[in-house]
Amino acid sequence: MNLNSLFQIILYVVVLLLLAKPLGSFMARVYQGERTFLDRVLGPVERFIYRIAGVKADEDMDWKTYAIAVMLFNVLGLLAVYVFQRLQAFLPLNPQGLSAVTADSSWNTAVSFASNTNWQGYGGEVTMSYFSQMLGLTVQNFVSAATGMAVLVALIRGFVRHTAKGIGNFWVDLTRSTLYILLPLSIVLALALVSQGVVQTFSEYKTVALLQPTSDANGNAVTEQVLAVGPAASQIAIKQLGTNGGGFFNVNSAHPFENATPFSNFLEMLAILLIPAALCYTFGKMVGDTRQGWAILITMTIIFVTFLSLAVWAEQSGNPAFTKMGVDQVQTNINPGGNMEGKETRFGVANSALWATATTAASNGSVNSMHDSFMPLGGLVPLFMMQLGEIIFGGVGSGLYGMLAFVIVAVFISGLMVGRTPEYLGKKIEAFEMKMASLMLLIPILLAKVGTAIAVVTAAGLATIWNTGGPHGFSEVLYAFSSAANNNGSAFAGLGANNPFYNTALGICMLFARYWLIIPVLAIAGSLVQKKKIPASAGTLPTHTPLFIVWLIGVIMIVGALSFIPALALGPIVEHLMVIGG
Amino acid sequence: MKTQIRPALTIFALLTVITGVIYPLFVTGMSQVLFSSQANGSLIMADGKAVGSELIGQQFDDPKYFWGRLSAAGYNAAASSGSNYGPLNPALLDAVQMRIDALKAVDPESTLPIPVDLVTASASGLDPHISVAAALYQVSRVAAARGLSEADVQSLVEKYTEGRQFGFLGEPRVNVLLLNLALDEIQ
Repeated sequence: MNLNSLFQIILYVVVLLLLAKPLGSFMARVYQGERTFLDRVLGPVERFIYRIAGVKADEDMDWKTYAIAVMLFNVLGLLAVYVFQRLQAFLPLNPQGLSAVTADSSWNTAVSFASNTNWQGYGGEVTMSYFSQMLGLTVQNFVSAATGMAVLVALIRGFVRHTAKGIGNFWVDLTRSTLYILLPLSIVLALALVSQGVVQTFSEYKTVALLQPTSDANGNAVTEQVLAVGPAASQIAIKQLGTNGGGFFNVNSAHPFENATPFSNFLEMLAILLIPAALCYTFGKMVGDTRQGWAILITMTIIFVTFLSLAVWAEQSGNPAFTKMGVDQVQTNINPGGNMEGKETRFGVANSALWATATTAASNGSVNSMHDSFMPLGGLVPLFMMQLGEIIFGGVGSGLYGMLAFVIVAVFISGLMVGRTPEYLGKKIEAFEMKMASLMLLIPILLAKVGTAIAVVTAAGLATIWNTGGPHGFSEVLYAFSSAANNNGSAFAGLGANNPFYNTALGICMLFARYWLIIPVLAIAGSLVQKKKIPASAGTLPTHTPLFIVWLIGVIMIVGALSFIPALALGPIVEHLMVIGG
Repeated sequence: MKTQIRPALTIFALLTVITGVIYPLFVTGMSQVLFSSQANGSLIMADGKAVGSELIGQQFDDPKYFWGRLSAAGYNAAASSGSNYGPLNPALLDAVQMRIDALKAVDPESTLPIPVDLVTASASGLDPHISVAAALYQVSRVAAARGLSEADVQSLVEKYTEGRQFGFLGEPRVNVLLLNLALDEIQ
């Protein structure tokens, strides 16, 4: 890694952390119902929505009502995306005349976008009409993100309020997340991306001349190139900001029309972790002790930087098999060097490894390089980041509520060790909270491992592995299920996943991973909100100290490592040994 | 539960209109006014005809042109794709070897080491760029094929070299299509 790579990475982390406080305190104002500078424009829109919907903004819901509202809304979204895809041939905005998407693919995509996974089983430019992309996918990009944020805020209220029942109003949290946070940020980002060359048009695909005519597989002369375009920037902005990740084009943000320059790349990468990082500050602000938010943000940053370093090193070291063939992989000022298979020249190695780590630390899943072609240890990083539960920054809302489940477990274990009743932010952590938090930890692990196991012992699961004949094929399957079971959406894309087996199996994983976590989160919120607040005493374990940060990192790493090291040993680890053994 | 059905339906419909219709239309309108060329694909126009996009690579295998990255999509810009070969996949190593052989076949004298991006497939299959090293590697071949001096071709490469954006972002690179268009221009 040269100085410039190092500089770009440090710049990224510093800008991310600098933005956490201003955006975080703005979001705290939004969720506490305070006035913001956007009220003038958006206030009337917001009140109009509540009036038509018959929502009383100050009416609190108990946790069960909140959960029902979340589920109802998400079912509607899922149905809409399914129906739009099935009917797209008869709907407007389909200049390419694309036909209906298959039933299993439509189901997979509907689950995928409603659950904020955005696993891309389809190739955007050959499958989806502009109508499906906009009214189906873009809408879910917004509201699935807003759902995650709403659930997080409900959980935070569980800590803030005491001896109460209500944890907020889902309709208000959903609407305010969308209108005040996601929409303004998306407009700014989308326009910035277009300025860099990301396309935004309703025109049909463009046709241009080829400078050097070529011939196709049948020997016919090819003199023209068809360029897929579309209203991409508006979708890409929210796909990044809402940790969604489903691309407009097949190769996602590796496509020059989806991610045109190093600057568009920087902005898109920043957008991946921006809201999840800032929500840590929002959390601290809302619980009345910003140190609590910083402690969690620091925990995330330490784990992130550690694994990022491993990914950059693995990719920059290059492929020993290429070196034997006389290929120059040494990084210089004019040669990116390293393992450039599946990477774009304008991004090089550092920005590809940085993106891969960020997109899997968060539940984003967009890509600017092909993870399937990473070196074994380079590919292990995104795989393991997902397997940790996507709590290192994590999805918008979902990352922090997942992290808070780990905090509850960490507090509980430390309480057991010193023989005191564990508490967090003045709330006693008891058997019920611990059970719910354990569910949140265990369900994704179970889904990923059982799913992988089923796939590798069935003919249907084995049939579409692309890199056959070794541990890499196993990694492809493990990656797919780790991705679905944590609502990530990135892939070792060689695996042929657009078929009934994978569309169905991964769809089921995504569904359980999302909603079986949301319900325990809301149950915890409902339980905490009824409890009394106990003042801190000499026996209280402070949860903002370096000691607690180290302890929390330990708990996260032990749970992740114990769960997945055996599986990783069969995939990337053994493959790494094969690479260095020649 | 019943009391939640009306808000669920109305809010879903209203947010669909706001985020699925108004938002993309607003962004499209603003983009078409402010950044019309970029929003429509950064097309390169010559004599009123689109001869390519600055952002989308094309296939080159004629020795008189600079060659771009390998493409798993065959530079089909209506179906982007990477190779997705794992690092030990024999098909990957075959593709690399074939590219090395092709480069050596048209330029047997060259003893320069071959830069890695010239023998590997890009992520999109549409990468418009190669590294500066990959362009310099091809200078002697292109100059010989066109009967130009190496110095002339090299200065053209330098002219079409983009540095890191703002001096520090991304990697220095050469736009293959623009460079080849410029080559045809002078000869």
